[in-house]
Order: sequence, then C-alpha cells, then structure tokens
Amino acid sequence: MKLPIYLDYSATTPVDPRVAEKMMQYLTPDGEFGNPASRSHRFGWHAEEAVDLAREQIADLINADPREIVFTSGATESDNLAIKGAAHFYAKKGKHIITAKTEHKAVLDTCRHLEREGYEVTYLEPQEDGIVTPEQLQAALRPDTVLVSLMHVNNEIGVIQDIAAFGELCRANKTIFHVDAAQSAGKIEIDTQALKVDLMSFSAHKMYGPKGIGALYVSRKPRVRLEAQMHGGGHERGMRSGTLPTHQIVAMGEAFRIAKEEMASENERILMLRTRLLNGVSDMEEVYVNGSLENRVAGNINISFNYVEGESLVMALKDLAVSSGSACTSASLEPSYVLRAIGRDDELAHSSIRFSIGRFTTEEEIDYAIKIIRENIGRLREMSPLWDMYKEGIDINSIEWSHH
Amino acid sequence: MAYSEKVIDHYENPRNVGSFDKNDDSVATGMVGAPACGDVMKLQLKINENGVIEDAKFKTYGCGSAIASSSLVTEWVKGKTLEQASEITNTQISAELALPPVKIHCSILAEDAIKAAISDYKSKHPDA
Repeated sequence: MKLPIYLDYSATTPVDPRVAEKMMQYLTPDGEFGNPASRSHRFGWHAEEAVDLAREQIADLINADPREIVFTSGATESDNLAIKGAAHFYAKKGKHIITAKTEHKAVLDTCRHLEREGYEVTYLEPQEDGIVTPEQLQAALRPDTVLVSLMHVNNEIGVIQDIAAFGELCRANKTIFHVDAAQSAGKIEIDTQALKVDLMSFSAHKMYGPKGIGALYVSRKPRVRLEAQMHGGGHERGMRSGTLPTHQIVAMGEAFRIAKEEMASENERILMLRTRLLNGVSDMEEVYVNGSLENRVAGNINISFNYVEGESLVMALKDLAVSSGSACTSASLEPSYVLRAIGRDDELAHSSIRFSIGRFTTEEEIDYAIKIIRENIGRLREMSPLWDMYKEGIDINSIEWSHH
Repeated sequence: MAYSEKVIDHYENPRNVGSFDKNDDSVATGMVGAPACGDVMKLQLKINENGVIEDAKFKTYGCGSAIASSSLVTEWVKGKTLEQASEITNTQISAELALPPVKIHCSILAEDAIKAAISDYKSKHPDA
C-alpha cells in the first residue's frame, strides 16, 4: 500500500492508464497531431475523425446527439458559457435568474457578475439534507425568469438533486435550465432525451480524463442558442472559438466510453467501500454525516467530527489526501459556505472532512484510513477544550465567546 | 500548505497538554478564541506564592499552528514571573514557529491567552 492514500477524487482523478495511452497517440510527429480544422490534408482529416469519434462517445454516455456537444476548457468555462451565454441571448425574456447557495463558485461568481450587469438573482437555500425541493423552485419562478442553474451533484456533500423535476418546471415556465454535471457524469445515469435540460456542463478530470478539457451540452430539440463568450475562428458552431485540442478531446472521449461501460459495476464497488468507511467511524461519539445519505453519489462522504478542528485533523491524517470544510488557511476564517447553507453551525462546519473514493481505491486503503482516523480523533479530542466542555455537559452555545 | 518543522514538532509532540483544577487558588485560567472562528485556546498557569509560574498546561481546538503556538507558550512561561510572562508577544511566537501571514492570528491568540490567564489570576488575588 502506497502512502499517502488518495481520497480526494471529487477534487480530481488520476487519468486512467487506458485514457493516457490513447491521448499519447495524438501529440508527436508519429501520431495524429493535425489541426482538426485543417481541411486540405490528411493530418487535419485524421484529427477531425478522432474528434468526431470522441464527440460520439461523450454524447453516447448522456444519450445526446454528437452535435449537441461543445468542447470547452472544463466545467468552469462550460458554466460561464451556459449562464452568461443564455442570460445574454434571452435577455428579452427577462433578467431574473435562479440558482442555489450550494452551487459551485463557477456558477455563483458568474451569477454575481450578471448581478453587476443588472440581472436579479434568487439564491435558493437547500433543505438541511442539502436538497432543493421542486416546490422551492416553483415558488421562485417568475414570468421574467430567463435562466435556472442548479447542479446535479454537489461537489462537497455529494447530494443528488432532482433535475428531472426541475426541468419540468423550467420548461413549463419557458425558462432555460442549466445543470452543472461535473460531479455526476460517469457516476449516475444521465439521459438528456428524457430530461428537460437545456444546457449541461461536463469536466473530464473528474472522471479519469485529463485536466483542461470539458464540454457543454447544448440542446437541439428544443434548440437553445447562446451568445459566444470566446470569439475567433467560429469553431464549435460559433459557440466557442479556439483550436480543438485533439489529444485532450480523444482522452475525454475514451474516459466517457469507459465510464459508460463500467459505471454500474464500479458504483457497486465504490459504494461498498464508502459503507465500510462510514461504518468504521460512525460508532464514535459526535460524528455527523453532512447531507443526505440516501440521495448521494457512491463515492462521496462528508463527515463532521465535532470538537475537532478540520485543518488540524487534515494535518493529523497526513497519510490520507482528503479535504476539509474548515478554512483556517484562508484569511477570512469562514468555514465551508455549502455546510453553512444547509444550516450546519460553524463548529460542525469547521470540523468537517470530505472523503471521496474512486476507481483506484482499495479495501486495504479504507481499513488503514479508518484506523488512523480513529486514533487521531481520540488524540485531538484529548487536546480539545471544547471536548472537555462537552464531556462536562456544558453547552458551548451558552458561552459568550470573544469573536476575533 | 506547508508547515515549518517547529510547528510540526509541536503539533505531533505537544508539550504540556492537560488541565489543572480551575477552582484552585494558585491556578490561573485563560480561555480565548471562539468555536465559530475555528480556534479556542485554554491556557492554565500554576503560580507560586512568589508570583512565579511553576507549571503550565493547555488545551486547544484549532489548526496545527494554533496547537503549536499554545504548546510553545506553555514552555516559555514556565519559570517566569507574571510580569515577564506578560511581555511575551505574538511576534516572538510567530517568529519562533515561522508562521505564514495567514496564521499570525494563531500567535495573537496565544498572546491573548497569557494575558487572559494573568487577568484571571489578578481577579482571584486582587492584592497581588
């Protein structure tokens, strides 16, 4: 077993060796290095064929038409293109946008930008389990709501939103519906034919493809139009100019192909590992799972170990690569905004750790993780004045703390 | 982020973790910080009749730098008079531990903990 153990698959995944193998064939003089936009020679034609095949593989995973796939640099760019592009193109319909407080920063900051341009944004507050209900969306929709942007799976707490229900409501209101699917593609089934989703963002590096490549699904039926954010040679039907990076696209295609083939069996294995991890730590006192456990992707578990500060726990768990909802490192001292939005108090938010499990995680690694978590939680609690107070039955909220 | 060797040493082998009976007259307790901010430090000093700190203990909820700052302070205050202890500054602490700018607040908290403990002692011993 190699240390440290990687349990941060929601941040990024290693490239699957099968994917890397494909990718390497599109770079060197011996490979297919041509510009897919070159129409006058076979270097270009071969590259174009490779891009076409990858586009089909990506469309195939989400049951879309290949012509509905627009390549971008990643999910952040896809979110920007979808939100700014649709809000601008359909501005005549109105200037009201709906999103949620637990969205990724790529969505929230883009919405903030539109607010400065005069758009009005409603930020829905999810239930305590992290779920936004269709009723909440229905109540917020207005005749002038031009766009709704809600994520499929949350990056911190892994909860799955009911995008099928949201889609129905948006379609009935003639509102464009964008879904950030960076954390869901390849992990749960996505059927764009059945879903009433107009725009959907994808990323390759969350599913064993390389960083720097992503896609935006742009529905053709009904036809959704966008104002381009990147101008130039008119690539990707004018929606996103810039030479297509053949090697990255081929790699993303291969990653999506593998995901379609292996998703079902892989999910079963990952869920087994997550259950093992959770069972291994949940009998300790004051351990809380953040977000719904039922409506959740298999690979994610976000746990608060009360009375232990997250960053010191991350330091203690130096043999585990995990991430914390505590933000002691940032100058703001603000803990995770996602955990705050679902009503977790500051202490629990500061005490949270996200474990994300993936394709290369083993049972042996999970067992080792359980062992060192248990040891260090005990050690840090022995050192925690808050743990003492809890043990003495003192309510921490009854104390007047000097906030600094 | 990368921690200095001294922070890691104090974090992995914290000195003087524990508690004294806070109702003991010779014990001064300083508790500073807030759970909402991500750090709470409890520093306790055992002070003899000559006003010298004989022993010190701490408990800290916080990041590695907060734990290291409090551990270091318990070493530094031992053998000092209250007046000498009150002269320890956050700049000395952050310099010793090579804290990065985002962690300076941890050293400030440790300085505050000494001050809070001393003021607790003074309120217990108004004539001291």
